[in-house]
Amino acid sequence: MKTDVHKINENMSWRDITLGCMVFASGTSREFSTGEWRVDTPVFHEDKCKQCLLCVPVCPDSSIPVKDEKRLDFDYDHCKGCGICAKACPFDAISMKRGEK
Amino acid sequence: MKNLIEIRWHGRGGQGAKTAALLLADVAFNTGSYVQGFPEYGPERMGAPITAYNRISTTPIRVHSNIYDPDYVVVVDETLLDSIDVTAGLSEEGAILVNTPKSKEEIIPLLNGYKGKVYTVDARKISVDALGKYFPNSPMLAAIVKVAGIMPDEEFLAQMRGSYEHKFASKPEMIEGNMKALEVSLREVK
Amino acid sequence: MAIRERLSGNEAVSFAIKQINPDVVPAFPITPSTEIPQFIASYIANGEIDTVFVPVESEHSAMSATIAASAAGARALTATSSAGMALMWEELYLAASNRLPIVLTLVNRALSGPININADHSDGMGARDAGWIQLYAEDNQEAYDNMVQAYRISEHKDVKLPVMVCQDGFITSHAVQNIDLIETEKVKAFVGEYEPEEYLLNAANPMAVGPYATSGYYMEAKRAQAQAMFDSKKVILEIAEEFEKLSGRKYGFFEEYRMEDAEYAMVIMGSAAGAAKDAVDKLREEGKKVGLIKVRMFRPFPAQELAAALSKVKAVALMDRADSFNGFSGPLASDVRAALFANKLTPDTVAYVYGLGGRDVRVEDLEGVYDALLRGDLACEEIPYRYLGVRE
Repeated sequence: MKTDVHKINENMSWRDITLGCMVFASGTSREFSTGEWRVDTPVFHEDKCKQCLLCVPVCPDSSIPVKDEKRLDFDYDHCKGCGICAKACPFDAISMKRGEK
Repeated sequence: MKNLIEIRWHGRGGQGAKTAALLLADVAFNTGSYVQGFPEYGPERMGAPITAYNRISTTPIRVHSNIYDPDYVVVVDETLLDSIDVTAGLSEEGAILVNTPKSKEEIIPLLNGYKGKVYTVDARKISVDALGKYFPNSPMLAAIVKVAGIMPDEEFLAQMRGSYEHKFASKPEMIEGNMKALEVSLREVK
Repeated sequence: MAIRERLSGNEAVSFAIKQINPDVVPAFPITPSTEIPQFIASYIANGEIDTVFVPVESEHSAMSATIAASAAGARALTATSSAGMALMWEELYLAASNRLPIVLTLVNRALSGPININADHSDGMGARDAGWIQLYAEDNQEAYDNMVQAYRISEHKDVKLPVMVCQDGFITSHAVQNIDLIETEKVKAFVGEYEPEEYLLNAANPMAVGPYATSGYYMEAKRAQAQAMFDSKKVILEIAEEFEKLSGRKYGFFEEYRMEDAEYAMVIMGSAAGAAKDAVDKLREEGKKVGLIKVRMFRPFPAQELAAALSKVKAVALMDRADSFNGFSGPLASDVRAALFANKLTPDTVAYVYGLGGRDVRVEDLEGVYDALLRGDLACEEIPYRYLGVRE
């Protein structure tokens, strides 16, 4: 019983739910905007960044995209604002805006 | 032969009474009978008394309980006569078979007044002579097949040769020894 | 032509597994498991089957690995007994709620304590609400036949639930008895190849198994599971009918023995049913109108069908090989009484617990139960049910 993951919602009948709630798709967390949960917001100061990339692996939500061995600005759709990246940065290239999106 | 023959084996852990009961089920099965062979499971310890059972029947067997009123009792170790009431429930129409070098007359007083037939066979001597080791189950199996009239000697020996050839495929020296033990036991049980 | 053989229950179930050649068998290879994983390991070592055997460090891991193998797309099986079953408990629920067509061969043995390894149904009864289909057997033949039918039931598109193939410990599992086996080609043709529609190792269609379901989804998932359990009844009968064409042996939810005009009946499960049939025959010869119902399918519970089969009896004894410790009766008795009440039937009933921890059950013991029914001796003292043959 394969169901389009977009059709699964809290109004559906038990008759339509997938077997054992199996999810027939992959990478579905991409479509889930956890950025809405954010209270504090990291700000990227590109001028101070040495591209050491220490911030990338510590991000629990894979919200620091990397292209051609350089980090880009934050993926605010998924960043939850935990601030670990700001702690990890040795060059003050990330600051946290308190209570702001 | 009766419709249903029930046999109870008394032995000690490690002597092969369970294996003998399973082998008896095998040979009786090959005569076209319905059979059961099963041990009574308790704590399994080398030397501790154990019981195993056979039912051999002309009709399908539905009862799975232990056997309380056997037609035959096989005592694989005569030292059990002191501690176990081996003739409990034993039919006086039936018989008891004891592994012992002693004579029938010496054994009868140890059987709580049992009035049915008593057979003896010296399975230790037969086994040691034939195999160089003490494995009482082959001679006891032959003896009970004879005593209970389960099948003719020749048919039994032919069948057992087949099953030993299978069982001891990697140890062919065991085949002749075991066959000899069976033959001697068939001849000597009385 | 059937193959005439003599096998123990463990050998019989293992032989069916050899004929089926499942893809993966994770098992904990020593006691409290059974000889079944040992036989399977020998078949693999001898090159008779190409099953992957996964030795694991516990029964919890055995069921865990079986679930994983099944989710990956394999036909998976494991075996256990007694305390091993108890250790699997958490995983049993996952197997069922993930809707995985797993087969577990269970040798029913007591749960300690006092420490005991002998036959009773405590282990299976403990798992009765786990969402598994449970099939019980009277002897090695029925255990074999249930094993041959198990995957057809569990893999059916209207079911997709795990199946437990149960047999009584030692009494059936270790007793050698006659059996008619079915030729391997016929078993293979009957069971068929397993071709799951969706499975984790299918890279073309990625999926996730066993997600977290919030309260907004959990009840819907359970309701769907309940439907599958109910719908499995129809499937179990269809497969049984097909199996009868293959083997000549008839199976249903339960067996009715001399029930046509019976006024006094017994409902029982497992190996003691054989002795009970002998008791019925004996009493029938004396002109007593007695009969027996032997439950094969305990889960799903055939409530309506059992009530219909008992609709004409005056009194019925309900026999449990496990206690529920609910202060009222064993689990089978509770379910049968509920079935009778729901169908507005009120025969006299008396509940017995018997054969715990391998306590032997003789024809005479069960004759005594019928005698009590015939005499109207149904009153219980001290507790509302009876312990058969217990020393007072």
